[in-house]
This record gives sequence, structure tokens and C-alpha cells, in this order.
Amino acid sequence: MVKEDKVDMLLVGVGGQGTILASKVLAEVGRLLGYEVKLSEIHGMAQRGGSVVTHLRWGKEVFSPMVVPGCASAVVAFEKLEALRWKNCLRPGGLLLVNNWIIPPLPVLTGQARYPENIDELLHGDCRLVVIEGEELARQAGNQRTVNMVLLGALSVFLPGEKEVWEQALRVRVPAKFLELNQRAFALGRDAVARYL
Amino acid sequence: MTGNEAIARGAWEAGVRVAAGYPGTPSTEILENLAKYPGVYAQWSPNEKVALEVGIGASLTGARVLVTMKHVGVNVAADPLLTLSYTGVNGGLVLVSADDPGMHSSQNEQDNRHYARLAKIPMLEPADSQEARDFVILAFNVSEEYDTPVLLRTTTRVAHGQSLVATGERQERRSKKYEKNVAKYVMMPAFARQRRLAVEERTLRLKKLAERMEVNRMELRDRSIGVITSGISYQYVREALPHASVLKLGLTWPLPEKLLRQFAAEVDRLYVVEELDPYLEEQIRALGIAVTGKEIIPPVGELSVETVARAFGVKVDCREEVAATAPAVAVPPRPPVMCPGCPHRGVFYVLRKLKVTVTGDIGCYTLGALPPLEAMDTCICMGASIGSALGMEKGDPELQGRVVAVIGDSTFLHSGVTGLMDIVYNKGTATVVILDNRTTAMTGHQDHPASGRTLMGEPAYSVDLAALCRAVGVERVREVPAFDLEGLEKALREELEAREPSVVIARQPCALLAKEKKAGCRVEADQCVACRRCLQLGCPALSIEKDKATIDEVLCNGCGLCLQVCRVGAIRRAGESDG
Repeated sequence: MVKEDKVDMLLVGVGGQGTILASKVLAEVGRLLGYEVKLSEIHGMAQRGGSVVTHLRWGKEVFSPMVVPGCASAVVAFEKLEALRWKNCLRPGGLLLVNNWIIPPLPVLTGQARYPENIDELLHGDCRLVVIEGEELARQAGNQRTVNMVLLGALSVFLPGEKEVWEQALRVRVPAKFLELNQRAFALGRDAVARYL
Repeated sequence: MTGNEAIARGAWEAGVRVAAGYPGTPSTEILENLAKYPGVYAQWSPNEKVALEVGIGASLTGARVLVTMKHVGVNVAADPLLTLSYTGVNGGLVLVSADDPGMHSSQNEQDNRHYARLAKIPMLEPADSQEARDFVILAFNVSEEYDTPVLLRTTTRVAHGQSLVATGERQERRSKKYEKNVAKYVMMPAFARQRRLAVEERTLRLKKLAERMEVNRMELRDRSIGVITSGISYQYVREALPHASVLKLGLTWPLPEKLLRQFAAEVDRLYVVEELDPYLEEQIRALGIAVTGKEIIPPVGELSVETVARAFGVKVDCREEVAATAPAVAVPPRPPVMCPGCPHRGVFYVLRKLKVTVTGDIGCYTLGALPPLEAMDTCICMGASIGSALGMEKGDPELQGRVVAVIGDSTFLHSGVTGLMDIVYNKGTATVVILDNRTTAMTGHQDHPASGRTLMGEPAYSVDLAALCRAVGVERVREVPAFDLEGLEKALREELEAREPSVVIARQPCALLAKEKKAGCRVEADQCVACRRCLQLGCPALSIEKDKATIDEVLCNGCGLCLQVCRVGAIRRAGESDG
């Protein structure tokens, strides 16, 4: 479990997967826990279905808004290839939380590149790997788009902060109309990783 | 708050009443946020030059004005900017230049700090969101006290970085009414020469201000290393070299000469850590101060904690051996792609088929240059597609009838229409395709003069693009639905054939704005011959599985392009039966 005075995280995925709302909630949790919080994300062209990464840092004193590669406590991957791409940013034994989901990039679709067949093996090693059936759980919650909250729920188990703090952050950051749906997704994600503890 | 939200907040607190800009990453969200505050009028202008001119007019009436744009936008606005420096302001005017080192979403990474020196106007560089809010307020005070526009320069990591911000209340200000003052505001030679002297006098006063400004701050720690830095680089320095002494400059033009000398005297070895050009370094060296900078700090791309640490030979990585953890296989890249249902896709598919030379422009459609469409030859700056198309046929007459300029609706209104006039005036024959998706898509769907809505959300007149093209003298103007491949091909063949200027407007709203989803398409696997023709569309919903094309029903937007491309009729719209 990551319990310390400095938490560096990366949220990685494919443009349009909902990393932005997830990062807003995470920033709020950090704030509620009394950390200084910094966050950095990229807008514009990269968002059009490209590889996207959000840096999020909690700490007593945080300067750079970006995580130093090789020092991240956790990488939350919304897609498996992106998990592989960013895994190196973890420090040894860091948490690699992965949505068990494949979105082939265009070079793979058009046959110019191959999606690694042994991706599940490649994700192992040098880290604490936790794989979540995010899409399935999001569907159970009522909407496939809530996979971001499923992943947050799972992440919450490994990070500082009581359950109530996370739930409060959700109430602050998620639009009221979608709150119940997102709370369900969050709870399903949280329950799903119980077996890893 | 993000840096952009904090700038909007600071501007509101400073009593800003008018704001103008043109969307551009990483500046766009400033005006989007500011427009939501009460008591502020905010607008998108057709381009950055007009935005600054609107700002000048509003400033003359005594209103405080914020003008926002990305770094390359300042090139467009440079003409009014460099003379605005002479006239000065009435109400405070702050110009935000959001630079993009590393080119996350830009065509170059020019260092706009040079503009402050060129225009001789003060420049502030915030290092986080709190400073973004604080510096905007400070900038307005300096602007009015010193009768000058002020440049607030941010970079991507400040604009889109988020950190906590302590806010204040809005200061309602009484405007200083507009008063006619020909000698100050009419920059004809006789008056401009007088104002030129005023600029020099102002610079001397600003230099004194720089020496005593709190935003220029000396942090003395270990004296063996002293680092001069500003903006986001400050954060990297503090993290990579926590014990080093630092001179953090908030005001980076003009520089505080005495303070620089004082800091140099306090430390053993002096360094400058700055992103992009040796802007500070060269000016400091010109003062006769010995300093190390670009010898160890890369001049290209963004800096980071790692690059700074590496430059100083310090270790920050938490791993012992990075190489050992590299993935065992090459990870396929994931470049940005046109969305499923993007109205640009069909146009590029047809252009590729016609094997023409395509001069491109700035927008989502620049992605048409990438595989598998690969139907774009150039992309320089906003509006350049049309002028360069004319230049190509003038340079090589054999290219007549072989060059197509491709430009979006917002970009056309920004600076394409002048190029089109040039084609007509100078007897060009190039064909111009306007990709009319009714929005400024790339930056996140901002309105423009042909979208029918303002930034404040009010209905507005919508420019009739076809009528506009006719009005500048293009007689051959036609509108084609962007998903009609046959219609597009026919129109383009005919217009390329015609030895006169022509415009084809490909119309279809951006897929991300579509309210209703059309029925998706699916592949009849037994009829698919795996010719891979549909894959040439580069649609993220299409792939090959077990030697048959397949469509991801969640991603599919139902645009129907693949259905038109398939030669054996294996693709059907869901819900439609055989035959």
C-alpha cells in the first residue's frame, strides 16, 4: 500500500477515455488530505485519439507539475498498450493498475505495426500489477463511460485517504446528474480489488 | 485551478471589462472561463490581429482589457502590438502569449519572450497557477501606471498545469473616459517620433521598477551554485537542485541589472536555466556577467526535472538502472487520429485517389497528412494553404489543375479569405476546399463568425461562406456534403479541370458535436473479401480480425464512408437487410 508524504501518479490512456474527470477527483482527494497538489495534462491535437497522459502529484511541497520518470508511485492505465508504454515511469515495486482493455492504435489497425500478443506477460515484473475488468464493471454500474470511476475506486484502496474522503471528492467533482451512477462505478472498482490485499 | 483558469480569475479580480482573443492551444480556456464571470464582455475575434485591435479600442475607452492567444498568434497580432507600445493605453491592457515548448499542439516552438524586447513592453512570467492569478493583477497595475501594454507569457505546463490558488474579490474600477489625443493615438511620423522618445523614457522607469519588484526574488541557500531562472523552469530547478541559490525572475523584460550583479556576487558559479532560446543568458552576458547556460541546458523542447538534473550531474531517478526496465518489445506508437465519423476523412480519401498536390492548413484536418490517408503536402501557418497553392502554380505552370488548397471554416475566416482574393486577382486556377464543420474543432469547439453563436452564447449572424467566396470574385463555388464520396470526387475533378479559381465547400458538422448518432455500419463477414480497401480510410472503428474486416459498433458513428468504399457491398448499415 502506498502510504506516505509524497504520491506521484500518472493517468494514461487514449484521448476521449475520461482521464480528465478522474484527475479532477484525484486532485480533490489530495486537497482534502491536506497535500499540496499539482497536475499537468495536455490539450489540443494529442487529444484526438492519441496517447494521453496526466501527471498528478500530492506532496508536502511540490514544485514541478510533472512526475519524474522512474519515480511514480502509481500508474493508472485505461488501456493495456498505454500501460506498457508508461510502465517505465514507475519506481521499482510501484502500483500498475490496468484496465483489461485493448484499443488498437491506427498503425496496428492498418497493419503497419503489431499489437504485442504477449502484452499480459510484458506488464508483469518490477511492479505491483493489478488488473481490473473495468469495462465490464462499468457496464454493471450502468454505463461503459464510467470506467474512469471504476479505476478510481480500485486505486482508492491503495492510496491514502479513508473511503469517506474519496466519496466526498466525488460529490464535489462529479456533476450531480451523474453522481449516483459514478458512485456505483466507484464502489464496484473498490470491491473488485479486495482480493489483491 | 489550471493556469488558464487562474488567469481568467485574476483578470476578473483586476476589474477587466472586455476580453478578446482567437482560440489556440494552450491559451483557449482563458477566455472560455472569463466569459462566465459577471461584468465581463468576452469575444472570439476572427483572428489575433483583430482581437488585439478590439482590445486597443476598449482600452482607449478606459476599460481594462485582456487579450489572449497562442504564441504563433502573436505573430499575427505583432503589427498592432509594436505600435501599441508607442501609443500606450488608457485602461490597462494585458496580452497573454501562451507558448508551447515541445510543440504538443503547434507547428513551431518560437520563444515569444523576444516580443517583449522587440516591442519594448514589460513581460511577466508566472511559474504556477497562483502566480498566474497574481501576475495578471500586477500586470494591469503596471500597464496603467506605466502607460504600456504588458505581455503575460505562459507555457503549456503553466497554462495546463493545476495547483491551488488563493483568490480575492473583484476590484470595481471607475474608467478613465476616452479623451481625444491626436499626438498620442495617431501614429503618423511626426507624432510617432515623439512617442518613440516616450517609449525610451518609459523603459528607463521600468528598469528602476524591475530592481524593486517583489516578483524578482533572490533565494539564497548554498552559495556554491546560483541559478537565474523564470517561469516553469523555476519549478524544475527547485526540485532538481533543492539546495542551490536561485534568482527567480517574475519580470523578464526589462531585466533588473543591479539585482543580477548582486546575485552574481553572492554565488560562486552562476547559471541560467531557461527553456528554448538563451534569452536571459545573452542579456546577462551583455552586462559583462560570466554565466553558464545553453552549454549545458538543451535549447530545444521542454525542460524537465530530469533534464536539469542531468545538466548539473545530479541524480533524481528513483531507479538504479533505467535501461533494465525498458519494455522487451517496441511499443507501437499511438498518434492522434481523425475521430470516427470525422467529416474530413472522406475529403482526404478522395484527394489521395486523385493524386493531386495538396497545400494544407492548421486544424484537425492536418492529420490528413498521416498514413493511411497521406493526402497533404504542406502545412505552414493559419491561412497559408491558399497563398501557397497560388504560388505553386505560378512557380511551375505544369502544376495548374494539379493543386488543391485545403482549409477549415474557422481558418478560412482567420486569414484564408485574403489568399482567395489573391487567387482571383492574380488569375490563379487553384481549387480551394473549405472543410466546413461549423466550428473551431481542434481547440475544443469554439464559435467563429460563421458558426452562428458568440462566446457569450448568444445567437449571431453566420457568414455565408459560399456568398463570401463569390463576393471576392470566385464564380465556381459549390457545396457538397462531406460524406458523399462520389459527389466530392465529381466536384473536384470538374473544378481541377476548370481553368479558373474554384471553391468546393465540403459541409458536415464536426462528429463530436452531432447530437444524434446515425445507425452504425457492420460487415457481412461471409461477403468480405479482405481487400483492405476500407482500411485506407484510417477509421479507428475499422480493423481486420481473422482475415475479415470488422467494425467496432461502439466507436462507429454511422458516417457511411466505408459503405461507399467497399466494392463488394459487404458493409451495410445496421438494421438494413440483404439485397
